[in-house]
Amino acid sequence: MNEPDRRDPEAFLRAAAQEGRGRLKIFLGAAPGVGKTYEMLTGGMQRRKAGIDVVVGVVETHGRRETEALLHGHEVVPRRTVEHQGHVLSEMDIDAILARRPQLVLVDELAHTNAPGSRHPKRYQDIEELLDAGIDVFSTVNIQHVESLNDVVASFTRVRVRETVPDSVLENAEIEVVDIPPDELIERLKEGKVYIPAEASRALNHFFSKSNLTALREMALRRAAQAVDAQMLDYVRAHALAGSFAAGERVLVAISELPSAQGLVRAAKRLADALKAPWTAVHIETQRSLHFSAEERAQLADTMALASRLGAVTATIPAPTVVEGLRLYATDARATQIVIGKASRSWWFELRHGSVVDRLVRGMGDVAIHVLPNDETAPPRPATAALRAGPWGKPTDYVWSTLMIALMTAIGRLAVQSIALGNIALLYLVPVMFAAASFGLRAGLFSGLLSSLAYNFFFLPPTGTLTVSNPENVISILVLLGVAIVTSQFAARVRAQADMAHRSARQNAALAGFSRQLNAAATQEELMQAICGEVSRLFDVRTVLLLPSSDGPQLRAAVPPEDRLEHIERAAAQWAMDNDQPAGRGSSTLTASDWLFHPLRTTRGRPGRGVLGVLGLAREDAGEPLRSDQLPLLMSLLDQAAIAFDRMALEEEMLDARQVRERDRLRSALLSSVSHDLRTPLTTIISAVHELKRQPLPVPASELADTVEAEADRLKRFVANLLDMARVEAGALPLKTEPTDLFDAVAGAVHDTRQSLAGHEVRVDIVPDIPLVRVDPTLLHHILINLLDNAGRYADPGTAVTIRGERLPDAIALSVIDQGPGIPPGSEARIFDTFTRVEGSDRAKHGTGLGLAIVKGFADAMGLGIAATNHDDPAGARFTLSFPQALILSPLPEEGLI
Amino acid sequence: MTTRHKALIIDDEPQIRRLIHAALTRADYATMEAADARAALDMMGQERPDVVLLDLGLPDRDGLELVPLIKRQCDASLIVISAREATEQKVAALDLGADDYLTKPFDTEELLARVRVALRNRMTRDGGATAVRAGDVTIDLMARIVTKNGQEIHLTPKEYAVLARLARYPGRVITHQQIMAHVWPHEHEHHVEYLRVLIRTLRQKLEDDPQRPRIIGNELGIGYRLREGEA
Repeated sequence: MNEPDRRDPEAFLRAAAQEGRGRLKIFLGAAPGVGKTYEMLTGGMQRRKAGIDVVVGVVETHGRRETEALLHGHEVVPRRTVEHQGHVLSEMDIDAILARRPQLVLVDELAHTNAPGSRHPKRYQDIEELLDAGIDVFSTVNIQHVESLNDVVASFTRVRVRETVPDSVLENAEIEVVDIPPDELIERLKEGKVYIPAEASRALNHFFSKSNLTALREMALRRAAQAVDAQMLDYVRAHALAGSFAAGERVLVAISELPSAQGLVRAAKRLADALKAPWTAVHIETQRSLHFSAEERAQLADTMALASRLGAVTATIPAPTVVEGLRLYATDARATQIVIGKASRSWWFELRHGSVVDRLVRGMGDVAIHVLPNDETAPPRPATAALRAGPWGKPTDYVWSTLMIALMTAIGRLAVQSIALGNIALLYLVPVMFAAASFGLRAGLFSGLLSSLAYNFFFLPPTGTLTVSNPENVISILVLLGVAIVTSQFAARVRAQADMAHRSARQNAALAGFSRQLNAAATQEELMQAICGEVSRLFDVRTVLLLPSSDGPQLRAAVPPEDRLEHIERAAAQWAMDNDQPAGRGSSTLTASDWLFHPLRTTRGRPGRGVLGVLGLAREDAGEPLRSDQLPLLMSLLDQAAIAFDRMALEEEMLDARQVRERDRLRSALLSSVSHDLRTPLTTIISAVHELKRQPLPVPASELADTVEAEADRLKRFVANLLDMARVEAGALPLKTEPTDLFDAVAGAVHDTRQSLAGHEVRVDIVPDIPLVRVDPTLLHHILINLLDNAGRYADPGTAVTIRGERLPDAIALSVIDQGPGIPPGSEARIFDTFTRVEGSDRAKHGTGLGLAIVKGFADAMGLGIAATNHDDPAGARFTLSFPQALILSPLPEEGLI
Repeated sequence: MTTRHKALIIDDEPQIRRLIHAALTRADYATMEAADARAALDMMGQERPDVVLLDLGLPDRDGLELVPLIKRQCDASLIVISAREATEQKVAALDLGADDYLTKPFDTEELLARVRVALRNRMTRDGGATAVRAGDVTIDLMARIVTKNGQEIHLTPKEYAVLARLARYPGRVITHQQIMAHVWPHEHEHHVEYLRVLIRTLRQKLEDDPQRPRIIGNELGIGYRLREGEA
C-alpha cells in the first residue's frame, strides 16, 4: 500500500519558510588560521564575476596581505562606530546594508559579539535579519564556537570560548569546510601567519597541538557531514521519498537550577541530533522551586533559553516530586530517552529518599535513561542556598509544642496512680503528632525528643533523673521519635500537594480574572488600560502598551502611568512590532533596553502581519522583567488580550456597518422627502405663472400672485433648512459665539415667523433680568425659528404659542409651548432624530420635519440641551432649550453701564 | 424731486439684475448694470451713481475688496448684497464703509426701503439731522433730549451715546463695532455684553413692549438699527 501523504508537515514548513529568504553559506574551520576569510572572499569574488551584486559587510584581515589584496576588489559597506565606555568600537552597519540591498553580503566571524547597545547582541542575529530581508550571506566560523560542541572542545583544549553560535544557524546553512592538514597549520602559526588575540596566547601552545587540531578537524568535518545529512533528511521528509528514518525517538532532558544543567542540555542536543529526534527540555517545579534564590531563577532561565536556542521544546511542569513529574511528562510526551544529571546530594539524603535516578529507573518502563555526571568545571552551587530560610518554622511553634507537652505531663502526673506507665507514653503521641503535622518535621522531632525526655524524667523509674533503668522503656522513646518522623513526612507531602493545587488554582483564577477584566472594558482605551493593569498586578511589573502608528509605536496605556520611553526602548518596541518577536531585556534582541516587549498577535486572519501592538514589561529595580516559568502565563494572557482586542474591533465593524445601513436608509428617505417637498411648491408656482400669462385671466391676478408668493416662501424656508441640515450633517459647525440677549433672539425669531404664526397668539414671557448667554446668535435664531414654525404647523390657529424664559438654579430654560396635539407618547426622545421625522414626512402636515433635526444638531453644536415633553392644562407640546451654567454670563458691574 | 437718482447694480446673475432693475425703475430711479468688478469700476468713473448695489459674490474679484474702492471713487451710498450665512462678510463690508446690507433672498419692498434710507443718509451726512423720530420717540441730537409722547426720558450718558449713534443714521444698520467705538472711544477691547445690556435698558425705557421691540431693531450677529416710522 502506498500511503497517500507521508510528507512531514514540519519539514515542509521549514522549506516554505526558506522561500524568499536569503541563503546562508558558512565557511567552517577547525581552528584560527585555516584561511576561512580568504576562502570567503574568493568565493565572493567568483560570484561577483558571475554578475551577482556582492558587498562586504565586515571582514577582519588582521593585517594579512593576501586577504587585504582580495578585499580591494570588493565594495565594502562602511562600518558603524559605537562609543562604549570611552572606547570607539566599529560594528557592521546592518541598516546601511539593508538600505543598499545587495544580493550577497560577506560577513566575517559569525560568532562575534556586538558592542553593547547594538540592535542585536550577536552578529548571527544580524545575519538572520539580513537573511529575512532576502539577502544571501557568506560567513565564517570555527568549530569551537558551535554551541553544542563548546563543552567538548573545552574539555580537551582547555580553552573555553564565550562566543557561541546556536546549532540551528548551522543547520539551515550550506557548510563549506575550510580544511588544511594540522602540520601545515602549525607551520603557518610558526611563520606568524595566524592571528591570535592577545588574551588567548597563553593557551596557545596547548591549543595548537597536533592531537587537538586533528580532533577539531574531525569535528568540523563531522559537523559538516551532519548538516548535509540533516538537509537531506528534510528533503526526504518534505518530499516523502521512500526511506527510513528513526521514527518515534524523543529525547527528554530534565534540567535543574544548577549551572551544570547547561552541560546536560548540550549533551541532550547531541543525543537528539544523533538520533535525529525532537527533544524537550523540562524543568519539574516542586515545592523546592518556590524557594529558589534570584540567582537560581536566573540560572534556570538561562538554561531554558539555551535549550530553546539549541532547538528544544521547553516546558515547566509543576509536580510534587521530580520523579513523579518526569514520569508523567515522559509518558505524555512519549519520550524514549531521558537525560538527567547525577545529583550531588549527601549520602544521608540518598539513604532516606533513594536517588532520583533509582526511583526513575524503577518507575519507567522501556525508556533509556542517560545519567550524566555533573560538570566539574561548573562553579559550585551558590552559597546563597545555605542562607535560604529552612523549614525550621517559627519560634511560637516550639512554644506551643512545649506547652502541650507540659500539659500532657501534668495529666500524666494526675493519672499516674491509675494507669500503666506504657499508656502514659501514649499520651505524648498527641503533642508529637500535632507538632509534626502542623509545624513540620523539625518541630515534630523536637516534640518527640522533649516528650521522651519528659517521660523519662517524670515517669520512668528512677523518676527525677534522665537515666533509664528498664531497657524496655527505650522502645517507648524510639517510638515517640519514629512517630514524629513519619507523621511530619506525611503532613509535609499533603501540604506540598495542597500548595501546588493552590498555586495552580491561583493561576487559573488569574486567567479568569484577567478575562473578566478585559470583557468589562467598553472602549479600546479601557481595554488597553485593563491589560496593563492586570499584567502589572499579576507579575508585579510596570507595563506599557504601544500600538503602531504612522510615526512609530505610540504609547497608549501604562500602569503605573508613564508618558515617555527612552530611545532604546522605542527601538525595541518598534523591532518587536516589525518582526513579531519579543525584544528587549531578557530576549535576544536589543537587550540593553530595561523593558521587555512582547508582540500582541491578532487571532483573526488579516493581510500582512498580525501584530496589533506590543506589551512592554519592566521591573521597578530594572531587573529581569520575566522569569522563564512565567512566560507560559504571559503568553496565555497575551492571547486573551488579543482575543479581546479582536472582539472589540469586530464589534466596532458591526456598529460601523449598522451605521452605514442607517445612513443609507436615511439618505433615501431624505431624498424622497426632498423631491416631494421641492416639487410641490415648484409645481404650484409654475402653474400659477402659466395662468397669469393666459388672457383673459381665469382668476384675479392678485390671487395667483399670492399663491406664488406663499409657495416661494415655503420653498425659501425649505431650502434654508436643507442648507442648515447639510451643515449639521457635515459636522463641525463653525461657531461664532458672542454674548447674546435672549430678548433679542426671541424678538428676532418672532419677527421672522410672523407669517407662519399669523393665526396664532404669540406670547413672550421671559423673566426681565434673565442673564446674557454665550451662543452663536445665528444658530440660536434658526433653532427658535424652527421651534416656532413647528408650533405654528401643529397647533391650530387661534391657540396660543408661548415663549417662556426661566432662570433655573443651574441653567436657563427657554421653552416654546404650543396647544397642539402634543408628541406621540414614547417618541419624546426620538422626535429629534432625523430619520424618525423624515420617515413620516409624507403624512406630516407639510414640510419635511427636518426642522427638529436641525434644532437638535444646532443645540448639540453649541452645547445646549433640548427636550420635548407634553404638558397638560392646556394640553400641548413643550420644547425646552436649556443653557448650562457654563454658557451663562454673570451680571456686569454697574459702572460700565452708566 | 430734482433729478432722478442713479443706481448701479453689480451682480453676475442676469435674473437678479433684471429684478432689481424692474423694482428701481418702478420707483423712478435710473439704473446701470455691471456683471463683474471691472465693468463696475469703469462705469463708476463715468456715470457717478448715487447708490451702488453690490453683490459680494463676483466672478472676477472678491466683493469685499471692492467696498473701499467704490467708497474712494465716488461718494455713492453702498448697499452690499450677500447670502444668508455670510454674517462676518457683511460686518466686514459695513466696517469698511458700506452703508447697509441686504440678504438674499430679499423682497423688493425691502430693497427700496434700504435704498431710500441710504440716499437720505447721504444727503444729511454728518449731523445734518438734528432731531430724529422713531415711533413715538423723539431724539433731539442738538439738545441731547429724548422724549416719548412728549415726556422726557432720563437716560444714562452711555445709554444716550448708544441711542445717539443709532439716531445719527436712522434706518441704517450700525455694527456692534461702530457703536462701541463711539461709546467707549478710549477702550481698545470692547465687550459686546455691555452693549447688550445697554440696549436692554434702553428698550425698557423707550419701548411700549420691551419683549417686542419696535424702535431698536436687532440685526442678527451684525448690529442694531433704529427703526423709523414703524410705530
